[in-house]
Amino acid sequence: MQAITDKQGVKRYLIHITVNGDQYSPVIKANTLLVNLLRDGLDLTGTKKGCELGDCGSCTVLMDGKPVDSCLVLALEADGCEIITIEGVARHGELDRLQRAFIDNAAIQCGYCTPGMILSAKALLAGNPHPTEPEVRAAISGNLCRCTGYVNIVKAVLEAAEVKP
Amino acid sequence: MFLPDFDYHAPESLAEAIDLLARLGPSARVLAGGTDILVKMKNGLAAPAALVSLKNLHELRRIRWDADRGLVIGALATHNEICHSPVVQERFLSISEAAHKLANNQVRNRGTIGGNLVNAIPSADLPPILITLGASVTLAGADGSRTLPLEAFFTGVSCCALKPAGEILTEVAIPPQATTGSTYLKFGLRRSGALAVVGVAAAVTMEGDLVQDARICLGAVYRTPTRAVQAEKVLIGQRWTDDLLEQAGRTAVGCCLPISDIRGSAEYRRDLVRIYTRRALRRAITQGHG
Repeated sequence: MQAITDKQGVKRYLIHITVNGDQYSPVIKANTLLVNLLRDGLDLTGTKKGCELGDCGSCTVLMDGKPVDSCLVLALEADGCEIITIEGVARHGELDRLQRAFIDNAAIQCGYCTPGMILSAKALLAGNPHPTEPEVRAAISGNLCRCTGYVNIVKAVLEAAEVKP
Repeated sequence: MFLPDFDYHAPESLAEAIDLLARLGPSARVLAGGTDILVKMKNGLAAPAALVSLKNLHELRRIRWDADRGLVIGALATHNEICHSPVVQERFLSISEAAHKLANNQVRNRGTIGGNLVNAIPSADLPPILITLGASVTLAGADGSRTLPLEAFFTGVSCCALKPAGEILTEVAIPPQATTGSTYLKFGLRRSGALAVVGVAAAVTMEGDLVQDARICLGAVYRTPTRAVQAEKVLIGQRWTDDLLEQAGRTAVGCCLPISDIRGSAEYRRDLVRIYTRRALRRAITQGHG
């Protein structure tokens, strides 16, 4: 990995990362977290910051297809990886069936947990297109909704699973 | 939340990683999944001058069955990789289930078995089941590698046998078994993303109704994961009955020294130890390794 040390002695590293299909080569410090690279570096503020300790799931993104808390991943560790954020879920201006189902089922209240919920659900449906309700609940159990709108969220995911992709 | 500055290294081989750690000294820490060390750094509980990332050591990610050594799990295997591994599910569903009970899905996609062990938290979910199955760990350092029983690895709260100057836990081996059943039961305040208030693992060797051998390991109720040896003695050589399991549960209570904290009082934990020991034994006896 290429490193650059400036006159003040601060070291920065060049990484290559694919976000929502676009390739970026940012130069970052070692302590840059993936969530901060996404929000501050790439202006993708759909990924939210909540507890920043890996409990709440607000910052969930897909890293090589798997949901991870981007507050607990160094951006350096995502070098060479493919990241999907909430901005990458809709395609060609058309909402994903999960996004449509969240709207139709009023599964959004304050909306802060929604990006993470949708990405966790997206990973679930990719591996298990027809989940049961307990499987849906297990898949989103790392995402906290403090409006406690879980009933509609579960309904939305189950409904999205029935829609043909 | 602020993450302090540090130097970052991503060595390409185990030898290079060990060499780096020896050179950098105790102010350098190993970075595997990051789900513990980054939280500690954010909370000001650790301030390493350097992190040595193991992400390029792909050989430490393997999970395989070896006829002599048994189930060999590389230290960098994530909890979800262990949970979904066909070889783990086939041989020890109980380990797969324990990995699934840990933290939440996002953390399980990053956190590793090596990290879970070297952090040496009393409430960690993997040590009890691994200890009852007689697991050993391999530690690689500048002077070569050594193997020791996992039971002897934990030395205190957040303390383990890893030498501070550059040892790396490389793999966990679960030997071929005489045991006929094993299980890990956890009581947490939520099903997901919660630390164990009490965790109990049991492994048994049955011949019909006769308990030939039994191992019980308790989590979250002592400074380290701890064997309930007296409770094991209650069982060995006896025919199992509900009364016998209850007696073993009561004896296990005497083998722990729980604390009171935000998750539960010591008294509550002792009651849980009795009940979960009984349930874990019943499950290991009647349902095999899962």
